[in-house]
This record gives sequence, structure tokens and C-alpha cells, in this order.
Amino acid sequence: MYTTELQKTASLGATEDPERLAAFEARVAADEFIEPKDWMPEAYRRTLTRQISQHAHSEIVGMLPEGNWIGRAPSLRRKAILLAKVQDEAGHGLYLYSAAETLGTSREEMIEALHSGKAKYSTIFNYPTLTWADIGAIGWLVDGAAIMNQVPLQRTSYGPYARAMVRVCKEESFHQRQGYEIMMVLAAGTPDQKRMAQDALNRWWWPSLMMFGPPDADSPNTAQSMRWRIKRETNDELRQKFVDITVPQADALGLSVPDPALRWDKARGHYDYGEIDWEEFYAVVRGEGPVAKERIAARRQAWEDGAWVRDAAAAHARKHGRREAA
Amino acid sequence: MASLPPIDLPSNATGAGAFDAPAGVEGNPLFEYLLRLGDDSLVLGQRLSEWCGHAPSVEVDLSLANMALDLIGQATLFLDYAGEVEGKGRDGDSLAFHRDVLDFRCCWLVEQPNGDFARTMARQCLFSTWQHLLFGRLAGSADERIAAIAAKAVKEVAYHRELASEWVIRLGDGTEESRRRMADGLDWTWRFVAELFEMDPLAGFMAEKGIGTDLAAFRADYDAAVRAVIEQATLPPPPDQRPILGGRRGHHSEHLGHLLATMQFLPRTYPDARW
Ligand SMILES: [Fe+2]
Ligand SMILES: [Fe+2]
Repeated sequence: MYTTELQKTASLGATEDPERLAAFEARVAADEFIEPKDWMPEAYRRTLTRQISQHAHSEIVGMLPEGNWIGRAPSLRRKAILLAKVQDEAGHGLYLYSAAETLGTSREEMIEALHSGKAKYSTIFNYPTLTWADIGAIGWLVDGAAIMNQVPLQRTSYGPYARAMVRVCKEESFHQRQGYEIMMVLAAGTPDQKRMAQDALNRWWWPSLMMFGPPDADSPNTAQSMRWRIKRETNDELRQKFVDITVPQADALGLSVPDPALRWDKARGHYDYGEIDWEEFYAVVRGEGPVAKERIAARRQAWEDGAWVRDAAAAHARKHGRREAA
Repeated sequence: MASLPPIDLPSNATGAGAFDAPAGVEGNPLFEYLLRLGDDSLVLGQRLSEWCGHAPSVEVDLSLANMALDLIGQATLFLDYAGEVEGKGRDGDSLAFHRDVLDFRCCWLVEQPNGDFARTMARQCLFSTWQHLLFGRLAGSADERIAAIAAKAVKEVAYHRELASEWVIRLGDGTEESRRRMADGLDWTWRFVAELFEMDPLAGFMAEKGIGTDLAAFRADYDAAVRAVIEQATLPPPPDQRPILGGRRGHHSEHLGHLLATMQFLPRTYPDARW
């Protein structure tokens, strides 16, 4: 997911004061919000900083595959909707950077970590958008998966993160509906459009399932994160929910999910689905996704090309004693 | 060796060759006039949206997308209305996606490539200042639809104007580099200002009807406003340049064709599809 464990979680140091730690854990267990000025264990701070900044980076990098189609949106209405959507994602990035900054890391440091490859972002954005249907598929599947993951985070233990998620979730559900609507039009359209729609589902389905992160068995830090209420459901639980909700939506479109093993399991009351190619997932996490180099190059380029603008804004503000605007 | 005879340059040389000669009032003047309004917004909105994901900061990215969104909204309203006025079953989409360069009526300024951020802001400041003054007047248009669109849009454009002016000031009076870039941006865009104020026969006709407005009437306000921004940016006023004209009758920069090729690709490739 946007926030899945793409890196090792910091281990809980033995140096924390046991009394403070116990009080902290009791507050979290009682579903109280932890606020920036409150005491927190260092490992909690580090894990959250990484999770929130990873989420922020995903929002910002995620602007690129969709931005790729703003200029080619097929109608004025679609162009406006897509512009507004990508603008929302930029806004999500901003709230999340701000939430992460309350934990004591500056936005510049986080951006530096993204550009150097130290920080990760969601694997999903390392796949290319080839046709207009990809814009539909991203809204439907990727924003759909994001909602699945983020709704529980509205009750996450860290106050600024939980509040950011409330705002973000509202917008993500618009995005999901808009994406699905694009798919509906294409699936009911000309043979060329239908082909685009099916091909987009074929390409985005598995990467969407991978967004929820490694299987629970290979996710050793889940227990700690659940205890801290940084995570509220496991990767596999969320993935199953996503499959259960999405498969009937694909049926309604008349598109087929590219998984021969997919079938309804009456006894479990869930869909069974085929094996996920975790080798591919880990390769993409390592930065080997089809357009991973393009994504990071584009972010770096924007940042470097913009340096003189940010410098000028800072210089102007210094001269005139006003707050920096860039 | 034979040489070309010396060329006497008259001091008052104007445009008006085959390329940029003003056209008469032909066809449906209201339709033509709406295309001018709609195409300016459409083409600039398309240009600004190219920044998306690539701006100097997330905040700037947001503000550019915001302006693009306003402009695409204005274009939709003007072009949908143009289609109704024309009465041939075309709507905003068919006008946006199925006309070629010769039928576009935008000015040269909005077609200009983004260049660096300074050039984008020079373009925006020069255009939005004009559009703000224009829409302020069109809000009182005798045509109710135009009046309503302008009344709504003038508030959006006030913000575009302010934002762009602030950036011109900040960049002009920022660092050595930003100052040089801002001066270059103004130098690139300056020759397109005259076209904004061109009163050709169609513009004159619409002004007489009370639907359009006499552009010359706010030229002084415009010049004063732009001069004030450039002064505050501590930049020298750009020297006059020969006006480049032609956009209002379909004679454009080379850039427009490429912009349209990108923008129109899907509806052109799949003419039977609905989206
Ligand atoms: Fe988002
Ligand atoms: Fe979204």
C-alpha cells in the first residue's frame, strides 16, 4: 500500500524508560491520540516518520503517471476532473509532509531521502500509463486500494496522521468513483475502448494487490505496528477485502480479472485468488520497476530545475522580511 | 558586385502583411468572438497543465494546477456557448478537439511554450492582467451569457493576476539568476502584448454592439499596472518590440500545432468513441 513496510522497522531500543513506555502503551491501547508534544518511544517516532513520509512521497510520485494524461484527456470535462484529481494528490502530499514534520524531520530531509533512493514510495507508481484506460484503472484500483488501507488509519494512534487521513479519505473515494466511471464508459464503448479497458485491468490488477505489501507471514513487524495502532489491519486482511469488493465491480464492467485461480469460496465467504508474484514485488521495491528510473529522474529534475526559484523566493523574503512563499 | 538596394525603414512600420492583415467581419461574429475568448483560456490552461508534477515546489504545483483548472472551466463555458451560437450541433468538446490551427482564435501569448518558471510567470502576468481588466468589462456585456461567464471568471482571474504579479516581483527582486531569468521571460513575451489590444473589425463590431468592449479603453490601465509590477520587481522596462499579430485570424506560432496534436490525439484517433 502507500504505507506498507518497504523497509525494516526500527527495533524497540532497550534504552527507553520502562515507566514512560508503559504509560505510552496504555494510552495507545486505550485508543487515545498521541500528539506531537507528547512523549513517545524513539522507535515509534522513527517508524511513523518513515511510514508517513513514504505515504507523502507516494502521493507526489503518483502525480506523474496521471499527469502524463492531463494533456491528452479526451474531453474538457475529463481534463478538468483529472487536473483536480492530481491537484488533490499534491494536497495529500502536503498534509502528509506536514504531519511527518511534526515528528521532527524537515520536508527537505524527506525529499532528499526520496531522491537518493533511501526512502521508498508505493511500488504501484513504477508502472507506466499507456492508454487513457490506465487513468480509469488507477482511479478504480489504486485509489480503491488506497481507501482500503487508509480508512483504518483514520483511527491510527498518531493524531496528526489520523486527521490527515480523514481529509484524504474523503477525496480518495471521489477519485475511485471517477476512475470507475471512466472504466464504465470504456467498457461499454467501441471495441478499441473495450480493449484498452481490459488491457489496463490486466496490467494493473496484480500490482494493485501488491500494494498491500508482503503476506503476513513475511511481515514480521506487523504485530508491533498493530500494537502501536500505526497499522490497524494486516496486509492479507486488507488485500482480501479489496479482492472481495473489486471482483464484482469488474464483473459489472464485463471485464475479466486476469487470474485463472479466482473463484468464490462459499465456505470462507471470500474470493480465493492466485499466487502473487512476490519476486516481482521485491524487484520493484528495489527500484527495478519498468519506469522506476523515469519517476525518480522526473522528481529530481523538477527539484533541481526549481532550485533557483526556491532560492529566489527565499532571497526575496529575506530582503523584505516576509515569510517565504515557495 | 551587385548589391541589394538600401532599404528605407519607415519609422511607423506596422504589421499587416498577408500574415497578419486584419480580416473583415465575416460569418457569425458572435461565434468568432466566443472562440477568441474560449481559445485563449483553453490554450493557456493546456500549457499550464504541462507543469503538473514538475513545478519548483508542491505549493507551486498546486497553484499552477489551480489556474489551469479555472482556465479549462472558462474555456468549456465559452466554447459550449460558441457551439450553441453556431447552431451546427457542435459543443465545446468538438470545438476544442476537432479544429485545426487555422480555425483557432487564441492570441500568440498563450501558445508560447512554458520555458522556465520565469517565462511562465511573465506570460501569466501579462495575460492575466489583461484578462482581468477584460472580464471586468465583459461582466457588463449586453450578452447575458457572456456577462455571467465573465462575472464568475473575473474573480478567478483576479487571483491569477495577483499570483503571477507576485512571482514576477519575487523573481525580479530575488537572486542574480532569477533576475536574469525574469528579464529574459519578459523579453520573450513582450512582443505579444500588442495583440491583446488589437481592435480589428470584429473586435470593433462587437464593441459597438455592447457585447464586446473597446480594448483601447483599458490600455492605459494595463500599461500602468504592468509597469508598476516591473518597477517593484526592480527590473528595467522592456524595450518596445515589433508587435506580432495574426492569432485572431488563425495565423499562429509554430507551437500551437504541436500543442493541438497532443491535446486532440484521442478524439482524433478514435472519432467514433465517446469518453
Ligand atoms: Fe491521494
Ligand atoms: Fe487519490
